[in-house]
Amino acid sequence: MISTLNLLVGLAMGLNLVALGSSRLPSLIRTVATQGVALGLMPLFLESHHLDWRITLVAMATVAGKGFIIPGLLRRAMRAANIEREIQPFIKLVPSLLLGAGGTIAAVALAGALPLLPEHAGSLLVPGALASVLTGFILLIGRAKAISQVCGYLILENGIYLFGLLLIKTTPLLVEAGVLLDLTVGVFVLGIIIDRIQRAFDSLDTRKLTALHE
Amino acid sequence: MNSLLLIIIPLVGAVLAALWPENRTRPWFLPVVGFLHMCLCFRLLVAPPQVSPEAWVGFDPLAAAVLPVVSLLFFVCGIYAVPYLRIRQERPNRVFVAALLAVLGLLSAGHQARHLGILWIATEAVTLAAVPLLHFNNTPRAFEATWKYLLVGGTGIALSLLGSFCLGYSSLHGGGGGDLTFVALMAQGLGLSRPWVLAAWVLLLVGYGTKMGLAPMHTWKPDAYGEAPGIVGAILAGGVTSVAFTAILRIRSVINSAGEGQMADRTLLAIGLFSMVAAALFLLGTRDYKRMLAYSSIEHMGILSLGASLGALGVWAALFHVWSNSLTKGALFLSAGNIRRAAGSPSLTDVRGMSAVVPRSAAIFVTGMFAITACPPFGPFFSELKILGAALRTGHGMAAAGFLVCLLFAFFGLTRVVFAVVDGRPRSAAKAGGKCFRETFGLIAPPLLLLLLSLGLGLFTPALFQNTWTAAVAQLFPSP
Repeated sequence: MISTLNLLVGLAMGLNLVALGSSRLPSLIRTVATQGVALGLMPLFLESHHLDWRITLVAMATVAGKGFIIPGLLRRAMRAANIEREIQPFIKLVPSLLLGAGGTIAAVALAGALPLLPEHAGSLLVPGALASVLTGFILLIGRAKAISQVCGYLILENGIYLFGLLLIKTTPLLVEAGVLLDLTVGVFVLGIIIDRIQRAFDSLDTRKLTALHE
Repeated sequence: MNSLLLIIIPLVGAVLAALWPENRTRPWFLPVVGFLHMCLCFRLLVAPPQVSPEAWVGFDPLAAAVLPVVSLLFFVCGIYAVPYLRIRQERPNRVFVAALLAVLGLLSAGHQARHLGILWIATEAVTLAAVPLLHFNNTPRAFEATWKYLLVGGTGIALSLLGSFCLGYSSLHGGGGGDLTFVALMAQGLGLSRPWVLAAWVLLLVGYGTKMGLAPMHTWKPDAYGEAPGIVGAILAGGVTSVAFTAILRIRSVINSAGEGQMADRTLLAIGLFSMVAAALFLLGTRDYKRMLAYSSIEHMGILSLGASLGALGVWAALFHVWSNSLTKGALFLSAGNIRRAAGSPSLTDVRGMSAVVPRSAAIFVTGMFAITACPPFGPFFSELKILGAALRTGHGMAAAGFLVCLLFAFFGLTRVVFAVVDGRPRSAAKAGGKCFRETFGLIAPPLLLLLLSLGLGLFTPALFQNTWTAAVAQLFPSP
């Protein structure tokens, strides 16, 4: 089963690069949604021998949250704000792709140097997590639109979720439930704020948020 | 059970306040719930309950050492909130009051969390609950501040979750059974996998350091404190930052038992001094008296981090400093809020001569400024003296010298801004604003009370508090 899992992690890592290369908001949101679905399926393959209802619940909640609800909220915000679909990057697309690819290679190398339990040794979870966190940061720093920054934050959270899968057997479910809840609420709040920024500044371009500085 | 009530009472209060139909009477929830919470908290402080080692939430000595001051600060701010929200009747306060009460409940959960996951959930929830408080003023500047707070704070909180996972994995790799209570992690001690512990410490320090507002992760702080109402600033600076600080203390004790205590202390010392330097430099440059308070808060977080790096003596002094800083900062934020209301602007360009417009608030503001810059006999003087003593006794002479230089520059920066606000001839706009704004008893008594409490803390430092701090230090540095 580890090979199916690795396939999904590999897919998620590939989607990181697609997200970095997206030049339009709808395709970026779609990429993040697909990554969310891939992530949601992972616990099922990780625990396929003794599938209990808690793991299934986590998987279903993740697919619904990361794959459908949050992208839906983002699409709604995008429509409501009636913004241009083009992404305006601070870090241009090709340099961000190169950074992302370099980061992915570095993540694989770094994960090889970290001590892992024997059952995790062959899995791509740790490099996948590190690469996604890095991709998230590149999007957070390198994009001007509020919605693309939220997408960057989601990819960052996805990376942390990948790492959390290492602990899913031992940690009580409470921690995972808390993560899901907080993520949803967090983006919900972000959505409200996006709405308010739009009304207050008549734009979702964070470059206009420059009133506060020394 | 009582320790759970500390969490439940404010949360129930928040729900009731959200359902309460009347805008005018709703603010009374704040002092009433604050009073109940404070009574319960001090009762637990006087008669500490037995906390079973495997409990996930409990009023343990570290919670007892910090939570009462948060509760006290909240109660006094709650008294202030009633007249404040009366003069802000143009803004609906349903969400504001409910969110403020939710923050109190979640802060109680965060302070009492004895489990890595619970601690994280509580901190994240506090971050989210504080969002409606920041844009209460409903101005574009307030939304800008809120957006930056969410983005920086959200990233910090995400990194602290990653750090928590790393610490969990270090326990798993070392043969642990997945018990993430701090007691179990400390008991595993040297059995924790070393590389994962190091990764966890870096991520957790950055994550919770962002929440605390240590430089260079402090960027959200001036914006948020500058744009939020004074009462929110007081609770963020005195309450929310302290929960991140106790989180760092709890985690440091795990790192210490894993044999990496020296490394942790060195990083805390470096980041503490860096925060103090950065804050002192910004204090010399800022032209906004509410942002000035934010930089002063960054400076004091640096002092706490420095204190935490100096072993048992330093942690004791840092816990003392949490108390003196929270009370004094509360007085400063509330009086600055009054000045801001009367003057109509937070910038030195538009504001001067406020001692003629709002004499009482200005007097509290100036006295509070002297208190926070460690002039005797207020609380901060004695707590910073203890930190200095701890630095010298543990052989950190250079750090002590840097500490004193930063305090001096912060003093220059603060006096420059405060006297520019207070002295001179008031502008005509401020005079007109001053006529609309009346310094009623309800707006003056709370900051004055906080200032007197800070004075009393410095002069008397009750033995009850000293014993709790000693017990908290014993919890963090268990003797083998």
